[in-house]
Amino acid sequence: MHRYRFVLLRPLQFLPVLFGISIITFVLVRLIPGDPARILLGARATPSALARIRAQYGLDEPIWTQYFYFLKNLSAGEMGRSTVFKIDVLPLIASRIEPTLALVLTSVLLSLLIAVPFAAISARRQGRAADQAIRIVSTVGIGLPPFWLGLVLILVFSVTLGWLPVSGYGETLPEKLSHLVLPGLTVALSLSAVLTRSLRAGMIAGLASDVATAARARGMPEGVVFWRHVVPNALVPTVNLLAVNIGWLIGGTVVVESVFALPGMGQLLVRGIFSRDYMVVQGVAMTFAVATVLVNFLADIITVALDPRVKL
Amino acid sequence: MQIGRRPMLGFGLALLAGALLVALAAPLIAPFDPIFQDGTMRLQPPSLAHLFGTDNFGRDVLSRVIWGARIDLQIAVLGVVFPFLIGTAIGTLAGFFGGWVDAVLMRIIDVILAFPFLVLMLSIIAILGPGLKSFFIAMALVGWVSYARLIRAQILVLKTQDFAVAAESLGFSRMRIMFRHLLPNALAGSLVFVMSDAVLVLLGGAAISYIGLGVQPPVAEWGVMVAEGQAFVTTAWWITVFPGLAIVLLAFGFSLVGDALGDLLGVRE
Repeated sequence: MHRYRFVLLRPLQFLPVLFGISIITFVLVRLIPGDPARILLGARATPSALARIRAQYGLDEPIWTQYFYFLKNLSAGEMGRSTVFKIDVLPLIASRIEPTLALVLTSVLLSLLIAVPFAAISARRQGRAADQAIRIVSTVGIGLPPFWLGLVLILVFSVTLGWLPVSGYGETLPEKLSHLVLPGLTVALSLSAVLTRSLRAGMIAGLASDVATAARARGMPEGVVFWRHVVPNALVPTVNLLAVNIGWLIGGTVVVESVFALPGMGQLLVRGIFSRDYMVVQGVAMTFAVATVLVNFLADIITVALDPRVKL
Repeated sequence: MQIGRRPMLGFGLALLAGALLVALAAPLIAPFDPIFQDGTMRLQPPSLAHLFGTDNFGRDVLSRVIWGARIDLQIAVLGVVFPFLIGTAIGTLAGFFGGWVDAVLMRIIDVILAFPFLVLMLSIIAILGPGLKSFFIAMALVGWVSYARLIRAQILVLKTQDFAVAAESLGFSRMRIMFRHLLPNALAGSLVFVMSDAVLVLLGGAAISYIGLGVQPPVAEWGVMVAEGQAFVTTAWWITVFPGLAIVLLAFGFSLVGDALGDLLGVRE
């Protein structure tokens, strides 16, 4: 259990980062020109509501006192109120988590389904035509703009073939899943390009490793050596790679949610920006940042669990 | 030369040079005015007169793609140059001086990296207001962190090596050691990163414009064009497809050159 001691210690290292996240989101909203109370409540706020918000956030006091009020409200789960939706930001964000989380998971799953076979072909036929072709395709894949790719997929799979819905999310589970395929695929096609490269390198190293040589010496067929010994080991660093790219992945979902009208946090962020709903922007940015920190922590735990050699 | 044995590097350089040439020669080679609206020529499919067709305002899509090269190349290049310069300076200082300067800068970088890149960019642009200028300011505020990290790590290794110690014992000034001896050796890794970063910045800038917070219509920019074509994608695919392909090609060029540079300089990301 010694190896898992970081699970208790790491959260202490998060504190400065979380503190920093709160400062940045606080400063972001305070940099907006104009009366903060009006910004928080919108242009048509009543004088009594303005007075109440000034007291709640200490807006007449020095900036560092205001930050203290901000932290105090935050620790009480008070992230302000949406001027557009007329409800508190916290429940608003909570109601938008599911589509975004489902999109991220779908994207990761689809990208693994694409990347593992391609990397396997590439690694086992290293330097040959198939490997070259896959390398070129994945180089192109990294540069695919998700907002455009999404539209092209809609054009092919929804409009021309009529297999999948154009946009939206649906109510029931089958409906939701069918609405997630194209957005998930849009993100996955770029993500799998990144994964294929890393998996290919890991598999090539694995094929030349002592483990593989020993397995071959025991008379194990090459296919079994590859899928039983090489692939699982090559997958371990992928966990970390996904965590490193989580920020990029979230950015992708923000864009893709706009393309497919998925009612997730990314769409909420973009709408918040256009309608100057600053509390929503602040809340979503903060939630995404905290999620990024947590995902990296989770990835460390998974890596340690998967690979007994890793010590953190 | 080396390029002869590296067809992909040659192809990548050709794509980048092509994009640059198209951008510079836009007024000469664009067959039509990119923002001229011809009401009689709305939503025309590709033809000999309009190779990429026309959009819902009757504007020539090919001419808009050509003029768009100016903006998108600017996004990829300037969106990388500012962060590169700022990040290099900060990374060099942090790595060289160490101590509390380094500790504070590294914590700031940790915090900025905790935010998803596009989310922080959008939040900053939300305050500054939409536009290309806001995009570049936000880029400078957010993008430097990766360069600072890379350069700092290099400097930390380099400053213990013999040539650096020798320069110090010769009594060279700190500035001279930092910028004349350490930095040139530290740059190789970040030059490769510049290329892959250019891809991310191009896609980010185009995405922000697509969302409506970057370049504003009627300016011809590829992300804006995709957004404008979205409503007509089922009936007039050409408005959306061609500007998107232009982004893919330019990004492919940067990726190929970056990969080849990485091989040549022996740098792995």
